[in-house]
Amino acid sequence: MTMALEINKLDSNKKVGLFLVSAIVLAVLPFLIGGLLGNSWLRIVDFALLYVMLALGLNIVVGFAGLLDLGFIAFYAVGAYTFALLGSPHFDIHLPFYITIPLGALVAAFFGILLGTPVLRLKGDYLAIVTLGFGEIVRIFMNNLNAPVNITNGPQGVNLIDPVKIAGLSFGKPLEIAGHTFNSVYLYYYFFLALTVLVVIMTWRLQHSRIGRAWVAMREDAIAAAAMGLNIRNIKLLAFALGALSGGVAGGLFASFQGFISPESFGLLESVMILAMIVLGGMGHIPGVILGAVVLTVAPEVLRDVIGPLQMKTFGRMLIDPENARMLIFGLALVVMMLLRPEGMWPSKRRKAEFDDAKKG
Amino acid sequence: MAHALLKIEGINKRFGGLHALNNVALTINKGEIYGLIGPNGAGKTTLFNVLTGLYQPDEGSFTFDGQDLFRAKPHIVVETGIARTFQNIRLFAEMTALENVMVGRHIRSKANALGAILRDKKTMAEEKAIEAKAWELLAYVGITDVAYERARNLSYGHQRRLEIARALATEPKLLALDEPAAGMNPSETEDLKALMEKIRHDGVTVLLIEHDVKLMMGLCDRIAVLDYGKKIAEGVPDVVRKDPKVIEAYLGAAHA
Ligand SMILES: Nc1ncnc2c1ncn2[C@@H]1O[C@H](COP(=O)(O)OP(=O)(O)OP(=O)(O)O)[C@@H](O)[C@H]1O
Ligand SMILES: [Mg+2]
Repeated sequence: MTMALEINKLDSNKKVGLFLVSAIVLAVLPFLIGGLLGNSWLRIVDFALLYVMLALGLNIVVGFAGLLDLGFIAFYAVGAYTFALLGSPHFDIHLPFYITIPLGALVAAFFGILLGTPVLRLKGDYLAIVTLGFGEIVRIFMNNLNAPVNITNGPQGVNLIDPVKIAGLSFGKPLEIAGHTFNSVYLYYYFFLALTVLVVIMTWRLQHSRIGRAWVAMREDAIAAAAMGLNIRNIKLLAFALGALSGGVAGGLFASFQGFISPESFGLLESVMILAMIVLGGMGHIPGVILGAVVLTVAPEVLRDVIGPLQMKTFGRMLIDPENARMLIFGLALVVMMLLRPEGMWPSKRRKAEFDDAKKG
Repeated sequence: MAHALLKIEGINKRFGGLHALNNVALTINKGEIYGLIGPNGAGKTTLFNVLTGLYQPDEGSFTFDGQDLFRAKPHIVVETGIARTFQNIRLFAEMTALENVMVGRHIRSKANALGAILRDKKTMAEEKAIEAKAWELLAYVGITDVAYERARNLSYGHQRRLEIARALATEPKLLALDEPAAGMNPSETEDLKALMEKIRHDGVTVLLIEHDVKLMMGLCDRIAVLDYGKKIAEGVPDVVRKDPKVIEAYLGAAHA
């Protein structure tokens, strides 16, 4: 609501301007990054888009509805496995992406309801622990469903997953245009970007609707919300299902992008990272969540590139293993950030006010 | 014969050893202002919680407007037509006054997630109607000037009024108010009294808990008195105030 007002206050010329500038920047971004920094950096940007989708999905559950979920990566896993099992030599089924991605999203939403139903009465730390358990259970299933019937191929994971193909154009192979070769990370960039935009629109519209208001009301005072006629059970399940849906889409994209998935990719640390993106960015605030996801995906990679050479330059040798130093600095930065700006980098007005009120006591 | 809107019989509610509601029976007629008084801890709020589905009664029967609401879920109760306010104001503190009332429209609107995402014509029209109705209700209780303020920043009197507007947004047949005048000064109380009479005039039956005996005597058509979870008296105000059991309950409570 407030957000809608903020944007509406900008006059329409500025709105169109803002839209055009962002569209142009996003359109040329892969050429800037791919051209100047190389394909490996564009690949990181592609991953950032996947994480934006994941974070926006989790944001529905945690940010909008106020339900702490530490097992969110399970829905990513469900989406990824749905895609992989129906589009790889593993079962020799090769369904097209426009079936497997929506299907993965639906299966993930079903899992969202599966998780949501038993935890309806739980909140806070209890909810966190049960969802954490759920995430682990899904991963363990992926790990062990290779016997007696081999469904997931266990710890080895699924290989040679089909790339996305649109109108005969396979995203798996580099694209040749007028003598220039574009790596598949270019094609995936635009594909991910389109879906990310869809997820942004979806979550933004949900937030500013009857449903979004119900989530906020429930988060603020579930008893008053029930007494105002909100069906708390349905509202919670809807949050779990829609959050999982976005996670499932991202999972399917991940599977086709990587061409390979294994249970290892879906551990607790991933769930925690996605939660950190939301908290660090600004819980419940879509621009903040996007920022959080991009920063937390890109920052560790930048550190990876910087720390090694920097040590060589200053000390002439490696003092600390760059991999350890990277995570150390990253962790420290998170701690400092949360101490200085607990409301996140880019919080919503409402949330900022909540924190200001809390400080005043 | 007046038309009964709400009827409960033999309602019991225990908290461990505490018998908070003991065989309570009462009937509220359409169009009246029905008062509920009693000393602190008598069970008035507990009865509200039972009537609004927040607590499950142990035994008894509960019908409202011809429907069985015994142990019904809160949202069913609201849908059937009972809305309430809380003794210790429970607004959605970080939402604006306008948004608070819009939440009250939830039960009377239909847009689902798909509609919200696609923003079809029907959903947009409904959203507009929700907002228009919320404005109307803010005007009804007289607080349009604070529509964009966050609820937590409103004055006490405004918060009480906002809670009433939010409850009215659910289009109740019965509005249950738990000590709406608590903490108000005499002139605010006077305004509130006028508001309650207006609400009744507009066809909503009112169930009212208040400690302000003078207010209750002047406002209510009938009054019930609860003491230690039991209904000890019921009737028109003039008879109830002279009832020896009522005087005893209040004096006893004052002496304790
Ligand atoms: N959830 C609960 N658990 C245990 N005891 C409760 C609960 N709710 C109410 N009680 C007890 O039930 C009794 C009745 O409380 P209730 O709040 O209904 O009184 P009341 O008539 O509204 O009093 P007041 O005028 O102070 O608001 C009290 O002894 C109270 O402590
Ligand atoms: Mg009370």
